[in-house]
Parts: sequence; structure tokens; C-alpha cells
Amino acid sequence: MNMAVPAADPGCARLLAGLLEQRTGQRIAPNRSWRLDTALKPLLAGLSIDDVAELARRLRAGRDEALADKVVDLLLNQETSFFRDAGVIESAVQAVAEPLAAGMPVHIWCAACATGQEALSLAMLFAERKAAENWPRMPEIVATDVSGAAIARARQGAYSQFEIQRGLPVRRMMQWFSPNADGLWAASRPLLNAVTYRRHNLVAEPPPAGRFDLILCRNVLFYLVPRLRGQVLERLAGALKPGGLLLLGAGETVIGLSDELRPSRRARGFYEASGHAPSAPGGAAEVASGAQSS
Amino acid sequence: MKTCLIVDDSKVIRKVARHILETLDFTVAEAADGREALEQCRLSTPDVVLLDWNMPVMSGMEFLRALGTETLSHRPKVVFCTTENGMAHIRAAIEAGADEYVMKPFDRETLHSKLQIVGVA
Repeated sequence: MNMAVPAADPGCARLLAGLLEQRTGQRIAPNRSWRLDTALKPLLAGLSIDDVAELARRLRAGRDEALADKVVDLLLNQETSFFRDAGVIESAVQAVAEPLAAGMPVHIWCAACATGQEALSLAMLFAERKAAENWPRMPEIVATDVSGAAIARARQGAYSQFEIQRGLPVRRMMQWFSPNADGLWAASRPLLNAVTYRRHNLVAEPPPAGRFDLILCRNVLFYLVPRLRGQVLERLAGALKPGGLLLLGAGETVIGLSDELRPSRRARGFYEASGHAPSAPGGAAEVASGAQSS
Repeated sequence: MKTCLIVDDSKVIRKVARHILETLDFTVAEAADGREALEQCRLSTPDVVLLDWNMPVMSGMEFLRALGTETLSHRPKVVFCTTENGMAHIRAAIEAGADEYVMKPFDRETLHSKLQIVGVA
């Protein structure tokens, strides 16, 4: 097996980028096609395939769904960290603090959660506020991603030394994580239980059942092909409860993409439904507590 | 510019950390052990100390305890940066007054993240 992977020729690159776009709506810009080789290197090594051209031949044969899944998983951008934009995570918690303090059910959807760090960051903050302020309940947090591999890792809740140190203050690490036998830092059971993970394709499937008080969909639109951005925003708008809030990534906006969302008047930096979004599939009934279990 | 004192008996680690810190716009000073670091803090107290655990002459923990008895212009943030990666060491460091903890090996993202957490980056 060669250490260096030969660069994908334009035809292979188009096939692989097309597979990613077809399944996830995400695109790889032509000037970033070098990423194909780097990203696929572990898969090629694992399958003893010499180059991307051979991988492309196998994919063209078209009967190996598991292989296609693995390729897509590796090509997805899974960049994430604990407390990414910490102030934004805190403002998301604050945005639903009032109903939680009053004992009302609150439902949160972390869309495109990658390996779970964002959802766990929220869960840590909610658990700390619940303990400090005697809130009667935690919110229901459902976290989804298109990648089966990412969701499997998120469910494990075990992170490498590099992952655990990115954004996570050491005191929180000591409180919520402990080293395991595999040399990873494993989330405590109460923390893991605070989040329900499930595989979900944001561009091809209706939102998870029910309606949400808060949806986080950060740093996702940027990677989608432009024609899908508005469709995804409309789906998100339809999944919000009346008065529910949507949080996008820094630099992401609804302007020019959807008139079903507008900047929130009560929560700076958030969006809310403008009032004429269609109902989410499954009806407008609120999600019953515990109904999101996988 | 913020100032960082790197305290490590390894020249290589000091060089790597210095490179990263300079790209993060820090002014960097170096010390090879805890005693040298204490003397530098008396002369010019940095904003943050990046502190190894195991060093000759004076260890990181001994430095941290001695720092607490010094009268300085301000109390620098202290970030341990060590291969002592077990929970017992981490707990001991935080209980002794360290503000953050970096487990070696580290990279730019890790160091930047920890310096942001203690409010100096």
C-alpha cells in the first residue's frame, strides 16, 4: 500500500462530489477537491484500495450502499468543538430559561450535530442552571446528523484528548467526563441521557416529529448547494413552535433565502417564524415528554 | 499585547509553544524551571504562565504554591501544560489554584482554546 494517495482525476472527483451532494446537499467547491484524497485516505487503506479511481469504479458498479455511506461520512465536514462560540451557546440557554424555570416543557433540536459536542455543551449548561436555580426540569434535546458514523460516535460520548480540550473548561471536564479504558474521555451517563441522538437527513427528510422551542442549525447552510438553503430554512421554520427560535451560525442569514423567517424581536441573534410557515409534518402538537427516544 | 511566560525544562516544548503563542500575538518569555519563573514574575509579571509539572530545581506545583505567597502587581493566570494527564493530577492542580490544564501533546487549537477560556486570548 502506497503511503501517498494519487490525486483524484476530475472525473472521479466529480463522481465523489456528486455522491456527497446527492445524499446530503453539501458541496465540495472545485478548488477544494484536494480534500477528497485526504479525507478518503483511511478508507482506501482499510479496504486495501490503491487509489481513488478504483474506489470510484466500485461506486459506479452501484451495489455497495455501505461503501457509499462510508465515503459520504468521510467527505462531510464534521468540524465541531465544545462551547463553540461560547457566548452564543449561553444565549441559546438563556433564550429558553424562563419557561424551564417555570416548569414548562421545552424542546430543542440540534440539527447537524456532528459528533455531539454542541448538544452536550447545551446539556451541561442546562444541568448547571437547573441545579443552581432549582429548575423543575431539563429540556428535551434531540440532536441529529446525516452521518451514521457521527451519530454512533455521539451516542458513545467518548472524545479524544484533542477533542476534549477544545473549548471545554477543565472544571467542566472534571465534572462531566472521566477517562475510559480506550484512552478516551467519556461523558457521564446523566449527561449522555440528556440528549437523544438520531440519524436524520436535513435536506431529504421532514424534521423530527413535533415542534421545537429552539432549533440550532449552525454552520450548515454555508456547505449546502444554494438551491437547497431556502428549502432547509423553510423546513426549519415549519418545525418551530409559535414563538420558537432558530439559531444559525455566525455569518449565516435568512436574508434572500426565505421570507418565512425573520430576525427575532425578543432574542438578539435569533430568528423566528414570520407567521406563514407551513406546519411541520406530524402536525402542530407539541412533542410529549420523552417522545423523542431513539 | 498579552504576555506569556513559558515554564518548561524542554527546549523543544518551549520552542513549539513560543511559535504558537507568537502567532496568537503574545509577547513570550521563557523559564526552564519554577525558580527561574518565580524570579521572572517578580521582575515582570506576565498575563499568563504556561506551566510544566515535572521540572528540576522547582516543580510546577512548587512554583504554583510559591506564587501564591508572592506580592505581585497582579496574579497571572496559570495554565498547566504537562504529560501528567490523569484525573488525580488535574484535580490536584485545580485545587492548588491553577486556572486551566493542557494535556500534552497539544496543538495550536488546544492552546488557543484554553487561553480564551482563561480570558487572555
